[in-house]
Amino acid sequence: MEIYVILKQTFDTEEKIIIEDDNVSEDGVQYVINPYDEYAVEEAIQKREEVGGNVYVIAVGPERTSEALRTALAMGADEAVLISDERIGSDENIISKVLASYLSSQKVDLILGGYFSVDNGAGQVAIRLAQLLDIPHVGSITKLNINDDKATADRDAEGDLEQIEVILPAVFTAQQGLNELRYPSLPGIMKAKRKPLQQLTIDDLDIEESELTPKTARTALSLPPQKEAGQILKGETIEQVKVLVEKLRQDAKVL
Amino acid sequence: MSKTILVVAEHRGGALRQVTYEAIQAATLSSTENDQLHVAVIGHPLDSLTESLSSIGAEKIHLIDHPDLQQYNPEAYLAAVMQVIDASNPDGIILGHTAIGRDLAPMISAKIDAGQISDVTNIENIDDQVVFTRPIYAGKAFEKKVFQSSPWVVTIRPNNIPGADSSGGKAEIEHFEYAKPASLRTVIKDVVRNTSGKVDLSEAKIVVSGGRGVKSADGFKPLQELADVLGGAVGASRGACDADYCDYSLQIGQTGKVVTPEVYIACGISGAIQHVAGMSQSKVIVAINKDPEAPIFNIADYGIVGDLFEVVPLLTEEFQKVLG
Ligand SMILES: Cc1cc2nc3c(=O)[nH]c(=O)nc-3n(C[C@H](O)[C@H](O)[C@H](O)COP(=O)(O)OP(=O)(O)OC[C@H]3O[C@@H](n4cnc5c(N)ncnc54)[C@H](O)[C@@H]3O)c2cc1C
Ligand SMILES: Cc1cc2nc3c(=O)[nH]c(=O)nc-3n(C[C@H](O)[C@H](O)[C@H](O)COP(=O)(O)OP(=O)(O)OC[C@H]3O[C@@H](n4cnc5c(N)ncnc54)[C@H](O)[C@@H]3O)c2cc1C
Repeated sequence: MEIYVILKQTFDTEEKIIIEDDNVSEDGVQYVINPYDEYAVEEAIQKREEVGGNVYVIAVGPERTSEALRTALAMGADEAVLISDERIGSDENIISKVLASYLSSQKVDLILGGYFSVDNGAGQVAIRLAQLLDIPHVGSITKLNINDDKATADRDAEGDLEQIEVILPAVFTAQQGLNELRYPSLPGIMKAKRKPLQQLTIDDLDIEESELTPKTARTALSLPPQKEAGQILKGETIEQVKVLVEKLRQDAKVL
Repeated sequence: MSKTILVVAEHRGGALRQVTYEAIQAATLSSTENDQLHVAVIGHPLDSLTESLSSIGAEKIHLIDHPDLQQYNPEAYLAAVMQVIDASNPDGIILGHTAIGRDLAPMISAKIDAGQISDVTNIENIDDQVVFTRPIYAGKAFEKKVFQSSPWVVTIRPNNIPGADSSGGKAEIEHFEYAKPASLRTVIKDVVRNTSGKVDLSEAKIVVSGGRGVKSADGFKPLQELADVLGGAVGASRGACDADYCDYSLQIGQTGKVVTPEVYIACGISGAIQHVAGMSQSKVIVAINKDPEAPIFNIADYGIVGDLFEVVPLLTEEFQKVLG
């Protein structure tokens, strides 16, 4: 089974956001595999262990993204592809077209991605990709089973659980709870250094440059108003509770 | 020239969801005076909705009512919504950033080759340009975005744009015959409704949230009781989810849901940066924690230093008294 994971490199979730010259500052920032995509990598490896085949990790992004791909290789993925090119605009529409252009020339049985990225967080790329490849998808899954040419998945729909069967090839996006992550072992990290990591530009793909024009543009970036620490209530617990109820009824119309 | 904006409605239990009224308002905010507002309603059965729909302030309602559409199936819903899109040729399409909207919107966008702005919390008209605000880094920052082409697709985050009041006019209702796709590759085998009867977390006006301090699944009971008295929903930190005290679907934060209720009550939650990202835009934040140094107090409007198992039941009791 040929299993592809589409993954994005994101800021570590511990990072505070600093704006400099109308952009999010990348100074000294730690990068990680998008946490949801980590579950996708893990699931891909588990499925390969179950049914055999290969796991390919693929990312579109700047050069630094190769670190995230190496981490995925150290977790156990077999091969990596980085599509990196200044001409690729940063827009979900473009990223999905670039991925589709690459994947449509590969033999694909299964594609796994994340529910959304924890930085830009649009939640579009994986589902757009499924549509562009004209294959079904199941979003936000917490369980996946492969039965020959079909797969069944549990989808978390705002707390409701949907059990869905699709014909492969198909795209799945990982929700938390899909699996327990493994962390790269030292031998895994050593081995990863020798695994293939191919770097491509759009010249290697069958895609028109006109497809690479963003359909959306950012016009401003700002930090939310800083929340000020309020008051710690004092006195006997029951007094504090009474004061709190009073305050909440003043502040919030809904009570 | 007048344009058409299409809202894809959502309904649950025979009534329109609040986010649909918010989407209608979003459509008004993104249009100019002569624009037409259309609403697509997909599902089964839809009879109970026609009355609330006809006065929703739209020019036209497109209904596709078919037993095959009773449950959300991505392929079937895409086919149905494309029937409406082909017939009404909208310039803009607006959905809720909900379980269905998050799934369906990118399918539509890819299908009609549209740009999409997801998870919008505010819409304004600046120098004749419609500008959409959305959180990035789970609310650690905000960006404003515009479209550079048409058609466009937007999903709006529940609870942020005020809902339109259903007063306006009488809409024309058009019934579509569902053109079932020749072959569906997706089959919905079963749906387990864990949420029926409960207040939806992302739409809740009041959220009572528990962390590792809640100590067990049973420990969530007093929180649920408080939420019930307040008509709110229960949420959780990842600490509580990881410890198996509750389901991941309750998780609030950078890798969970982002919520913006009127009141957020954090019980036994330390206030890690990833958690705060998901709730700091709540209007009033209350923290109950036995550690006076817990970082959650830095962002709380009101804090009670104490044992949640003592404080929460007292709060429930006190609210019961004053709310009757
Ligand atoms: C030269 C270059 C520079 C870039 N710089 C940045 C940057 O500084 N900051 C930034 O946030 N983004 C950057 N990107 C990436 C791009 O902007 C985003 O990936 C894109 O907009 C996707 O949107 P999203 O993050 O909302 O993903 P979502 O739609 O939320 O992602 C859903 C899922 O799709 C998959 N996916 C998303 N993006 C990619 C990708 N790029 N490659 C493979 N799989 C993916 C993942 O599985 C992910 O979990 C850059 C891209 C390029 C080519
Ligand atoms: C990639 C990544 C993503 C993450 N995403 C999220 C996310 O989306 N959401 C999220 O919440 N976290 C997230 N986290 C985890 C986050 O870093 C914290 O570990 C987590 O939020 C801690 O949960 P907690 O506050 O419940 O637990 P703790 O930090 O253990 O805090 C428990 C608190 O309960 C208090 N307490 C204990 N007993 C009582 C009592 N009887 N009465 C009152 N107070 C009591 C304690 O004083 C303490 O402050 C993420 C982490 C990573 C690495």
